[in-house]
Amino acid sequence: MSALPDEARPALLSGVRLREDPRRGWVLLAPERVLLLDETAAAVLAEIDGARSFALIVERLSARFAAPREEIARDAGAFLRALADQRMARL
Amino acid sequence: MSDAQASKTIPPPTALLAELTHRCPLSCPYCSNPVALAKKADEMAAPLWARLFEEASALGVLHAHLSGGEPAARADLETIAAAASRAGLYTNLITSGVGLGAGRLEALAAAGLDHLQLSVQAPEAALSEAIGGYAGAFAKKRAVAEAAARLDLPLTLNAVMHRRNFDGLEATIALAQAWGARRLEVATVQLHGWAARNRAALTPSEAQVLRASEIVAAAQERLRGALVIDYVPSDQFARYPKACMGGWGRVGIVVTPAGDALPCHGAQALTQLSFPNVRQTSLAEIWTRSDAFNAYRGEAWMQEPCRSCARRAVDFGGCRCQALAWTGDAAEADPGCSLSPHHARLRAAAREAAAEEPGAWMPRPNA
Repeated sequence: MSALPDEARPALLSGVRLREDPRRGWVLLAPERVLLLDETAAAVLAEIDGARSFALIVERLSARFAAPREEIARDAGAFLRALADQRMARL
Repeated sequence: MSDAQASKTIPPPTALLAELTHRCPLSCPYCSNPVALAKKADEMAAPLWARLFEEASALGVLHAHLSGGEPAARADLETIAAAASRAGLYTNLITSGVGLGAGRLEALAAAGLDHLQLSVQAPEAALSEAIGGYAGAFAKKRAVAEAAARLDLPLTLNAVMHRRNFDGLEATIALAQAWGARRLEVATVQLHGWAARNRAALTPSEAQVLRASEIVAAAQERLRGALVIDYVPSDQFARYPKACMGGWGRVGIVVTPAGDALPCHGAQALTQLSFPNVRQTSLAEIWTRSDAFNAYRGEAWMQEPCRSCARRAVDFGGCRCQALAWTGDAAEADPGCSLSPHHARLRAAAREAAAEEPGAWMPRPNA
């Protein structure tokens, strides 16, 4: 139950910013929070824009990382759900 | 050690707390400002703050917290916020909401403000205004929360909890939801500075503290995905101390209205240290090389029971100010820790204060 519905159109909430930092690499800045992102997490966040569907996002990431769709869907879904729990993203 | 070497070995700070002024229309008896308040004439002008934000950004700071006193007491707050945003910092305003009427929040949002943190003294007007000492403040706070929602500006409510308002914790959580907050900070009063002068009036009972932990845990579960609750429990009745400031010289820098750079907002209580000033010294030099920031950085300064403790990298020995206040030595373990030989004394004093007649508190003066 960690993947999102295919038709979900996730987005970062207002005031949550993805930024490349010269010292730390990709970071997500939110109220009182700094998340240091690995390459995969940064790639997921670069895909979500409130318009693209989760199915399409999974397809694009699957092609980019040459990884099975189920694996991408599970990992990206769990990550986005955790961000939604923290009021940083909407699903 | 050269600057280049030092900046390789000392990780950069992530947060800058900018106390733009100590002036405030409210007079909360637990104010975290130092007991010796800065005067208006000593406040740094906007161009100095702008230069500081550029230095902070270059040093690696990510978050700028514009605080006070009440930062809206400065007529040039919008200019200062714009400078923080222009420097690339995630810009947060920490406010009582008083002085942010008619268009100021719109101007701040346009200046690049990323987030608003609004204090509430209690979940209803009468007690809130009795604590803050400002009639009409509660309606102003509500109006600011409504304006933040209109502007799609993320909102955190900050509630300092103590003897007089702890029983309103459920109502405070409900207020955060009603006002559209994404986050709520439930911060049990820290008995330093002004609050130390009001111990009996503010110290919660052990029963209140235990009940609060249960209420917060249940609400965090119930409101997952709706409201994030960050909780600072009482350190008077805890087993281990909190990681004060995330560790000395490890995460953040506080700059006072006059430009003194501190490892925490209460650090001036450590009178054996002298604190560098950002008017004379670069922030990079202050962070990496000043005696004040290096005094309790890392582990070399620690004594037992901290030195060999498995939790030394979790809580960093706790609060230096509390250690000094209770033991006379700022390098002792925080007596909030159950492993400190002074812990029983701290706990007994908290029980005693909570059992006293609360009486009247002494308000913090407005300026």
